[in-house]
Amino acid sequence: MSAQQYPDDLYYTKDHEWARLEDRDGQKLATIGVTRFAVDQLGDVTQVDLPKEGETVKQADVFGSVESVKAVSDLFAPLSGKIVKVNSPLSDSPEYVNEDPYDEGWMIQIAVGEAKELDGLLDAAAYQAFLREQGE
Amino acid sequence: MAVDLRPSDRFVDRHVGPDAREEAEMLHALGVANLDALCAETVPADIRLAGALDLPPPVGESEVLAELRALAGRNQVWKSFLGMGYSDCFTPPVIQRNILENPGWYTAYTAYQAEISQGRLEALLNFQTMVADLTGLPIANASLLDEATAAAEAMHMLHGLAPATADADRGGIFLVDQACHPQTIEVVKTRARPLGIAVRESDPASADFAALKAFGVLLQYPATDGAIPDFRAVCARAHEAGTLVAMATDLLALTVLTPPGEIGADIAVGSAQRFGVPLGYGGPHAAFFATRAEWTRKLPGRLIGVSEDAHGNRALRMALQTREQHIRREKATSNICTAQVLLAVMSGMYAVYHGPRGLKAIAERTGGLAAVLARGLERLGVRVRHQSFFDTVRVDGSSAEIAGWMKAAAARQMNLRRLSNEALTIALDETTTAADVERLWELFGPNDQARTAISVDRLAGEVSLPWGTAARTSGYLAHPIFNTHHSETEMLRYMRRLESRDLSLTSSMIPLGSCTMKLNATAEMMPVTWPEWGGLHPFAPPAQAEGYQAIFRDLERMLCAITGFTAASLQPNAGSQGEYAGLLAIRAFHESRGQGHRDVCLIPSSAHGTNPASAVMAGYRVVVVACDDGGNVDLADLAAKAAEHRERLAALMVTYPSTHGVFEAGIKKITALVHEQGGQVYMDGANLNAQVGLCRPGDMGADVCHINLHKTFCIPHGGGGPGMGPICVAPHLAPFLPRHAFLPPAMGSAEQSPSSPDAIAGPVSAAPWGSASILLISWAYIRLMGAEGLTRATKIAILNANYIAHRLDAHYPVVYRGEKGRVAHECIVDVRPLKKLAGVEVDDVAKRLMDYGFHAPTMSFPIPGTLMIEPTESESKGELDRLCDALIAIREEVAEIESGAAPRAGNLLKNAPHTAAALLAAEWPHPYPRDRAAYPLPFVRAAKFWPPVGRLNNVLGDRKLFCTCPPMEDYT
Repeated sequence: MSAQQYPDDLYYTKDHEWARLEDRDGQKLATIGVTRFAVDQLGDVTQVDLPKEGETVKQADVFGSVESVKAVSDLFAPLSGKIVKVNSPLSDSPEYVNEDPYDEGWMIQIAVGEAKELDGLLDAAAYQAFLREQGE
Repeated sequence: MAVDLRPSDRFVDRHVGPDAREEAEMLHALGVANLDALCAETVPADIRLAGALDLPPPVGESEVLAELRALAGRNQVWKSFLGMGYSDCFTPPVIQRNILENPGWYTAYTAYQAEISQGRLEALLNFQTMVADLTGLPIANASLLDEATAAAEAMHMLHGLAPATADADRGGIFLVDQACHPQTIEVVKTRARPLGIAVRESDPASADFAALKAFGVLLQYPATDGAIPDFRAVCARAHEAGTLVAMATDLLALTVLTPPGEIGADIAVGSAQRFGVPLGYGGPHAAFFATRAEWTRKLPGRLIGVSEDAHGNRALRMALQTREQHIRREKATSNICTAQVLLAVMSGMYAVYHGPRGLKAIAERTGGLAAVLARGLERLGVRVRHQSFFDTVRVDGSSAEIAGWMKAAAARQMNLRRLSNEALTIALDETTTAADVERLWELFGPNDQARTAISVDRLAGEVSLPWGTAARTSGYLAHPIFNTHHSETEMLRYMRRLESRDLSLTSSMIPLGSCTMKLNATAEMMPVTWPEWGGLHPFAPPAQAEGYQAIFRDLERMLCAITGFTAASLQPNAGSQGEYAGLLAIRAFHESRGQGHRDVCLIPSSAHGTNPASAVMAGYRVVVVACDDGGNVDLADLAAKAAEHRERLAALMVTYPSTHGVFEAGIKKITALVHEQGGQVYMDGANLNAQVGLCRPGDMGADVCHINLHKTFCIPHGGGGPGMGPICVAPHLAPFLPRHAFLPPAMGSAEQSPSSPDAIAGPVSAAPWGSASILLISWAYIRLMGAEGLTRATKIAILNANYIAHRLDAHYPVVYRGEKGRVAHECIVDVRPLKKLAGVEVDDVAKRLMDYGFHAPTMSFPIPGTLMIEPTESESKGELDRLCDALIAIREEVAEIESGAAPRAGNLLKNAPHTAAALLAAEWPHPYPRDRAAYPLPFVRAAKFWPPVGRLNNVLGDRKLFCTCPPMEDYT
């Protein structure tokens, strides 16, 4: 698998979500989506259900779901925090998740509440090692 | 030599496919001496039934028809003016014979394999379009079970839409218009109770929505007593208070009345029965459900959508299946699976045949006669309550007058509805004649002089249509489909054209695991359309339905003998409703012992998705039990979870033989373990057909089981319903079977009381005996087979499945077997390895089977990427061999891909199914010859079924949802 499938600048979870961290005006923001591996498992995404701006999510809790023709999969939050932005174009164009999971296919952006939660996440190398362990 | 004097119309050998020679050949192939030896290797000894089932001896086909004729003669079809959502109508004979009585329509399966189901998918799209147009709400599903359960589904959906309240334990308040049909109110109450929803009956005109803060309200339009309330203000006030509005309504009325969508309703529900479907003493009929576009994903039930095939042509499919229980399980919007497809098809065709003008003419004639009736009654000095109505006239009077009129009606064999001691209603319908109206006047005007002053003809010139300002101004059914097929010739050909696009049991076996697509014998089906069975209103007094009552008593006794239980309810209208009713019985049992806190329901991971969905509806928390490597319930995990939840354990739901197609040896241990911890055992009867005559749920320690009559007992699948799901219970659960508390209105009890307040288990269906008319099919089957015949059917079903497992194992490994290497009545074969070897997925195998003329087995249930094959006893060895030959030939096609002889893309499987149009195209870009695509084996050439469309584009269909008839230029 190429590095591009799992960009180095992201954090990953064993539930196959990613988080991209940035600092804006002293506030730590995390953009969240699902990994290439998750997308390949799902097949063509037909619907993305996301929470609303202003709601809070908790690490490892379900914050939404993605549907393909034959399956519904829960989305688990990699980090806790308050939602500051939702990728609303996904409601009309769920195919962005398949086409570009790390950019146009992002799902929510949160203001990170607990920076120490980052310690529990995987880097790209560890995530890929995890995938290999799982026999994928 | 003695002569054989047995009659020639013995049935068992007609129902069972293999003859003695084929049976011997299959036994030989399996290396067993006889059927009993095979069963001894298959069914655990500790559950084997010692004796024979206690059933009456079998009769032949002519005799069973004679018996049913005699019983039919004990039903009295009085003229019904009862209404309440059930109105008599004319079933157009062309529809009766070519759909209701036609195995090309009634033996088809649910349209999961869309490419070979385009005919009924189009018919269902017509139904959805009809409902959407008439209700004025853009998204309609492809039917629900009955009006009352549709109303309950509406409550459930609105409950889900309501914003979460701070007090999460409270289920909220649901208002119900007291002018709803009483059976609807009762079913809604049953459904509300386990969810913690408080149902409040009220008069919506005066309800204080702002104070009540209900999440929803159910209105009846027109009201059960015939009135047409102006609901615009009610809807506006409800919405202001954040209360959403569901409206139960009547499709025929909506051809002339302002539709719910224009009044402000958020949901419309009702029954499509009066569009050409016989009353049948309660059913089967198709209910409908329509709502706003933004709630499409919350819609319960099946939804047909428009997409394209691989060639870019219009093609239909079942859309948004991710809403449904088979995918979403305990998070599903509803537990509904089987609906009423055959009846929805009929109602849609009724609209196609009559068209918008024809339907409106029927409505205006019915309403016009009602206006004449009302005017005449007024001339006779009778008090007519409402000035604005559609087809139902309410008469008020003293209790003595009402009693007298009811008595006079009974003397003339007319059923009126006693609304209360001081009121009755008279509901007219398509079949009402001018003579009927004059006979009705006779009840009220014994004075000949007054009566001779009025006549239907004379008053018809004086009255106007009785709905006044409620008249509809918007158009409907403008689509050409509803404006073309009005002659019988055109109609016949349209239905035949659609039929030819569908694969049914008339073409080849449908080897669906768990769905039991066995023979639906003609003799079993014939009585369903006899008028003595079809013409009875569900609330006609039982004394008029002696034939039906005899069938019910017999069938209950038969089903109890077969399951080893002591009491039965024939009310649940589908397997899913049986599950629900069974769980409610368990719940009520626990409550009766002060154990109402028990709310944990254990469900093995292999269970059908309906199980967890039903458990949630019954107010239970689902705890999943693991399966071991052999596919059996993991006893250690079960013991651990039962112990962990011992204080709260309510029930285990278990399917037997398991959904993995195996008679689990540990079943008695499983039931004992659950009982030890205070739980009850619910046995899912989906696979009961493998038990009949060999073992019984009651003997294994189950407390209740449901029976899918459309699987084990021959009710046809109808392309996705009707079904019936009666339940049988052990004695301690008998008091908690679903009731149908309100007395039939014409019975003349002092006060019509819709419910006894202490009813623990209310009704789960609108009608007391569910879809009563199709119970005849199961009764006839059991009567024709007898104990020995039924047992033989079970054994042959096991033989057929083991023969298929034997033939296919070398090509597609069989995933699970019992302790002695045998499968039960079905087997799971593995297709998963083909993905790595050749890039072939289970879908590709399924679609390629269509080119061979077969419907695919069950795909990806219970194990993703596998096929589950159930041959049933009705298929001959010849047919089984054809299916096996086809699957083996497909495996060889895959081998060519593996070896590189065929490409991984654009091969025979990936391009399947091949349509005639694709094969005849001038350009043929594929690396294999056309005739190999179309005629892969010699037998295919002899009777080719042509898939009408190529591979469906499922993704497009779900991303760009479109659920009504598309523009005409898309029709090919």
